[in-house]
Amino acid sequence: MSISETTRAQLEELVARYPRPRSALMPMLHLMQSLDGEVTPDGIDACAELAGVSPAEATAVASFYTMYRRSPGGAHHIGVCINTLCGLLGGDAVYEALSERLGVGHDQTTPDGRFTLERIECQAACTHAPVMTVDWEFMDDVTPTSAVDVVDRLERGETVRSTRGPVIRTWRDTERSLAFPDDGLAAEGTPVDAKMLAGLSLAKERGMAAPTTAQEGR
Amino acid sequence: MTPLTPVITEHWDDPELFTLAGYRRHGGYTALASALKQDPDALIGMVKDSGLRGRGGAGFPTGLKWSFVPQNDGKPHYLVVNADESEPGACKDIPIMIANPHSLIEGVIITSYAIRANHAFIYIRGEVPEAIRRVALAIREAREAGLIGRDIAGSGFDLDVVVHAGAGAYICGEETALLDSLEGFRGQPRLKPPFPAVAGLYASPTVINNVETICNIPYIVGRGVEWFRQFGTEKSPGFKVFAVSGHVNRPGIYEAPLGITMRELLDYAGGMLDGRDVKFWLPGGSSVPLLTADHLDVPMTYEAMAEAGTMLGTGTPMVFNDTVSVVKAVTRWLEFYKHESCGKCTPCREGTYFITGTLERFEHGHGSEREMETLVDLCDQIAGRSFCALGDAAATPYPSALKYFRDEFVAATTTPVDEQFDPASAYVFSGAAAR
Amino acid sequence: MTVTSNSGPGSDVAMPTDLIAVIIDGVEMSVPKGTLVIRAAEQLGIEIPRFCDHPLLDPVAACRACLIEVEGMPKPQPACAQVLTDGMNVRTQYASEVARAAQEGVMEFLLLNHPLDCPVCDKGGECPLQNQAMTVGRAESRFDGEKREFEKPVNVSAQVLLDRERCVSCARCTRFAEQIAGDPSLELLQRGAKQIVGTADDTPFESYFSGNVVQICPVGALTSASYRFRSRPFDLVSVPTTCEHCASGCSLRTDYRRGVVTRRLAWDDPQVNEDWNCDKGRFAFAYQVHGRLESPMIRENGELRVASWPEAIDAAARGLAAARGRVGVLVGGRSTVEDAYAYARIARTALATDDIDFRVRQTSVEEDAFLAAVVAGTPVSVTYEALESAPVVLLVCLEPEDESPILQLRLRKAARNGTPVVSIGAVRSPGLGKVRGRLLPARPGGEGAVLAALPDDVRALLAQPGAVVLVGERAAGSAGALSAAAALARSTGAGLAWVPRRAGERGALDAGALAGLLPGGRPLSDASARADVARAWGIAPTDLPAQRGRSGDSLLAAARDGQLGALLVGGVELSDYADPRGAQEAIDAVGFVVSLENHHSAVTERADVILPVAAVTEKAGTFLDWEGRPRPFEQVLRDALTMSDARVLAMIADAMDVRMPADVRAIRAEMGSLGPWTGARGEAPSVAPAASTDATVLASWRQLLDSGLMQDGEPHLAATARPTVALVSAATAAGVGESVTVTGPGGSITLPVEVGDVVDGVVWVPMNSPGCHIHADLGAVPGSGVRLSPGGTA
Ligand SMILES: Cc1cc2nc3c(=O)[nH]c(=O)nc-3n(C[C@H](O)[C@H](O)[C@H](O)COP(=O)(O)O)c2cc1C
Ligand code: SF4
Ligand code: FES
Repeated sequence: MSISETTRAQLEELVARYPRPRSALMPMLHLMQSLDGEVTPDGIDACAELAGVSPAEATAVASFYTMYRRSPGGAHHIGVCINTLCGLLGGDAVYEALSERLGVGHDQTTPDGRFTLERIECQAACTHAPVMTVDWEFMDDVTPTSAVDVVDRLERGETVRSTRGPVIRTWRDTERSLAFPDDGLAAEGTPVDAKMLAGLSLAKERGMAAPTTAQEGR
Repeated sequence: MTPLTPVITEHWDDPELFTLAGYRRHGGYTALASALKQDPDALIGMVKDSGLRGRGGAGFPTGLKWSFVPQNDGKPHYLVVNADESEPGACKDIPIMIANPHSLIEGVIITSYAIRANHAFIYIRGEVPEAIRRVALAIREAREAGLIGRDIAGSGFDLDVVVHAGAGAYICGEETALLDSLEGFRGQPRLKPPFPAVAGLYASPTVINNVETICNIPYIVGRGVEWFRQFGTEKSPGFKVFAVSGHVNRPGIYEAPLGITMRELLDYAGGMLDGRDVKFWLPGGSSVPLLTADHLDVPMTYEAMAEAGTMLGTGTPMVFNDTVSVVKAVTRWLEFYKHESCGKCTPCREGTYFITGTLERFEHGHGSEREMETLVDLCDQIAGRSFCALGDAAATPYPSALKYFRDEFVAATTTPVDEQFDPASAYVFSGAAAR
Repeated sequence: MTVTSNSGPGSDVAMPTDLIAVIIDGVEMSVPKGTLVIRAAEQLGIEIPRFCDHPLLDPVAACRACLIEVEGMPKPQPACAQVLTDGMNVRTQYASEVARAAQEGVMEFLLLNHPLDCPVCDKGGECPLQNQAMTVGRAESRFDGEKREFEKPVNVSAQVLLDRERCVSCARCTRFAEQIAGDPSLELLQRGAKQIVGTADDTPFESYFSGNVVQICPVGALTSASYRFRSRPFDLVSVPTTCEHCASGCSLRTDYRRGVVTRRLAWDDPQVNEDWNCDKGRFAFAYQVHGRLESPMIRENGELRVASWPEAIDAAARGLAAARGRVGVLVGGRSTVEDAYAYARIARTALATDDIDFRVRQTSVEEDAFLAAVVAGTPVSVTYEALESAPVVLLVCLEPEDESPILQLRLRKAARNGTPVVSIGAVRSPGLGKVRGRLLPARPGGEGAVLAALPDDVRALLAQPGAVVLVGERAAGSAGALSAAAALARSTGAGLAWVPRRAGERGALDAGALAGLLPGGRPLSDASARADVARAWGIAPTDLPAQRGRSGDSLLAAARDGQLGALLVGGVELSDYADPRGAQEAIDAVGFVVSLENHHSAVTERADVILPVAAVTEKAGTFLDWEGRPRPFEQVLRDALTMSDARVLAMIADAMDVRMPADVRAIRAEMGSLGPWTGARGEAPSVAPAASTDATVLASWRQLLDSGLMQDGEPHLAATARPTVALVSAATAAGVGESVTVTGPGGSITLPVEVGDVVDGVVWVPMNSPGCHIHADLGAVPGSGVRLSPGGTA
């Protein structure tokens, strides 16, 4: 099976982004995953060809990074941070609740193909612990109840919004954004939230500010 | 009391700051305009004089790093921004890119100009599309405004900036692994020498800096070395985006001069949740030795933290109260290192496997005092012997935890930690929320 | 100190090297700048443990087994990657507690997940992990957890198996595949504790050099299907040998047990094959035992019957004597120098003939002149090492990956160091890609014209000192190519070497097994050359044949036309001739045929006397590699009773009252007494290149792994051969579809089409692969006009 002309053109666009074709391997794999729902052997071959590497080299890369799936992923990817901070502050309970709700364990997909559940590592959102991601969009400060509620609403087809980013689409849509990140969604969602502003708000409240000119006698 | 000093975060409350128009409203890109009128070497000198140290964790002097790049070598130069932020506890770079991506782009353009790079890459971990799309938008806006591209603002300087999404690998934060990853290889660290400044991306001279480091540049260039040095200490000048997380009342981002203490930061963060005691805390990521309540007054500087036996690291303190089992916390971190070990070298690959397996038995109450000593040995067998600092990091949590909380490990030889510490008591939600 | 290095063909240039003073374990020594600690320590006899280190692979410093202490450095450093600098003070495990502890720690980690299944592991007894665990390891494991487990073993190719749980992630195999062979289809997959060697889904590890990864794996993770569970190293007798498969001249180690060869390994020879060999050389040895001729035979009333040796020798001698002066001698291209010399000698003495040739392939009169003028008896000039510093290497009618694989590896090494490789041919082959080569397109037969009109930049590079031109044996089939190559070398000063495919060709040429040439490249027509040889042979110069004899096609034609009374044939496969049917007819037309052979063949079927001779493992001898470098070897199977060709020929000669040395040592002494030939040589040919035609022409060469008889009996190896396809350009393919029928003068073959970078109007097919034997099936040779039609519609 070979790839379509459109796909080839998109892969070529990724190759053109870099000084050397091989550098495009990671975005190409994201793109193939968005199209196929996983990194398939055909996807590997296509990426390898355009990157100028062997299928084994592309496989080596695809298997190194955890975001590339070698089995079909669900429509939505549900990640729960179980690293120490999130996990101990409640992420463990969130994961348990979701696992029970979905009836699947780590890195498993529900039989209806709707959800893949994954225990994920620190998401650089510790101030918002416990953190969950849906299709890699942030769901900050979740509780077992709110996390299950997100899943319920997604299952009912309701609109669910990331706590920081845009309306949740699908996991494949996000994978596509990782290949082509200027996806037109940057202005959606809350630009910044209270936790990101915690220090700034407090400073303003207390009249603290950084001097804008050099001070003498330091 | 050290005041908060919002600089990088100063205008984050403007909901349009992430756009070019918003950024410009607050004086954005004026530093670039002045930089392009200066000699690149003068800019390198300026950053050297500022004493700015890398905010990625190691605290290496930024200007010095830039000065290692050979000039007039006829090779292309590259700037690579390390936006892989995957260190457990680190959560400052992603918010910066979400809230104020143009400050990064402005820093990237100035830095590229200084080191004579015509190509810059921003390597962002793949799990944060929100940050990636904001940076992508900022790049497009900057390009459309003539701030990126050919002959920027008539200076004759050309620059292309590319945002690159990772795909899930903590090791790619290690600078040489990042380069391999960016070149389309598995992200395993490279043998040094040669160092990236001489042979980095595509074997050409390359500067790799952290997001926050680069975000400092427009301010140093725009406001001067003197201005910058009024913050912080002689050895740790400047301000820092501290991200405080854990069992505190107001976790979040607090920007303050280096040298502020954890006690002061805790105070700004509203004190401990439910008024409980600080049990242990880590100044900057899971890769630095942990501290206790006894260390709350140590200044948050590179030098003072080193003296206290730890490191400032990413400057993103995690604070845990006394509901938390240190055995469980350490085990979880080791599980992380085992999961993230790249596999290249024996001590890290096998050591994290070995230690994690042993700690997991402790967590379930099946350890022994002999094994407690074996674990110390094993950590020694990793530290300083692994290929890169990931191994060193993995060898850090256990010895430092043992130093302060030996009794807890002894207790774990007989009693499962969940019986000693009810996990639910450490949750930040309770009752109805937890179902 | 100075080191000598071959910086150009034939030139030993002394190059000053910066020396630095260092201290290792308290011993002061000076080493060239850039030396690694591990290498310097070796010089002192200090063995630092190592797994990932391999002197021919780029250092990775991954296993950390070799940590040592360097004064002034806070952490222990890997000796395999630590470059010594002036004044550096290094302490190894013998002088440093830090180093010792570090090494022990790493060893403990390495054994942690290792299955410790040494008793059932092929590597047991010769395993670096086992050995180093004994010296550096701790007696007991401190680990109670579960070890990694894998389903075992997996085939990474038909020949190479992988037991993943034994792997220590040293990446020697993957680095070999990528750096040395240029076949990056074996890779480290996954990461962390799950990291494992493997291939892409459904794609095996494809490499002509795959066996090397088995050899360099420092544990028993990689094994070969052919040797797995066959033997234990301590039950084997190991003998250094030279490979008989091609003219690369690899040093090998042959291991045998109870009279049977169990395996062959590459033997380190820095000047030739370094540490490597190809899979044919490693795995193809079963042919030597299967289907051997066991006793002499004589044809009586049309039927062959078993005969005693005296009886058979007598019959051979009588028959040959009867045809004295009208005997032709055909020597296969696989004889040792000593055997070929015996054929050359018996021809010119007992048989009184100069009708002799060793080339069982396409030949030409132009080639005769080229070999006589440029190659025969010349000293080693272009070397493997010279390629590494050559400003350019030009290949003509030569596909090194298939035809001289170790040359391919050395060219790849040279190319990685920046040597440009340029090839004149019709196909941009995978092998050319691996040496980053540039193709100067030529239709088969048109190489001479391209050589005569090279692009300026290539000519300029060739004019630089050290430049090299390598011509393959297929040039004999391209009119004007050898003439142009010789002229080019003369006009540019570039070194010129001829690269035949078979191991015995260069040696047979130098031994005088070609009409018109006495041993050492001495022209038969030259009086002082005749005098030299007559003296060595103890005869009068006038006893040597006066007339230059026949060779190549004219020799076979003479036989076919009834001009020969007898044929003496040694190790000839008739299907290897460009015209196999013609060769058969030639043999059939000769009244008396003596065959020295070790297997039944088309020749033995037609022979009047069959004399079974030793296989290569059963005798001592010498091959000359393409460089002209002698590659002597001893008898492997000490108890073998079979006789070499030379010994059998000496017996025949004896029966004809001519004394010849029979023993390798005596032959070598006699050849040595001749010394090199410094007199005049023949003129290089000056044949004009053929005019090009519009016809579709055939391009072809023998693939390394093909239908060659010497690969018989090794199914795992055969399964790794490249598929038989017809390679054409996209434009040519458009006219035929998915499969193509190629029709030549003597028949048709239908093959699957593969589109490649091939000159338009050319179809490439393998010369002698399953389903495609161009001589027999098409009646064609490279350069023959052929017709292409959609598959099956001939
Ligand atoms: C395992 C590991 C992970 C790292 N992760 C990051 C990271 O996510 N971001 C970062 O800026 N530096 C990270 N570093 C540090 C980088 O190697 C490097 O020192 C830094 O990017 C240099 O930038 P700076 O001088 O501006 O701090 C990591 C180092 C190691 C060993
Ligand atoms: S299979 Fe052997 S050679 Fe390859 S990485 Fe494993 S131990 Fe090394
Ligand atoms: S031999 Fe030096 S690290 Fe492996």
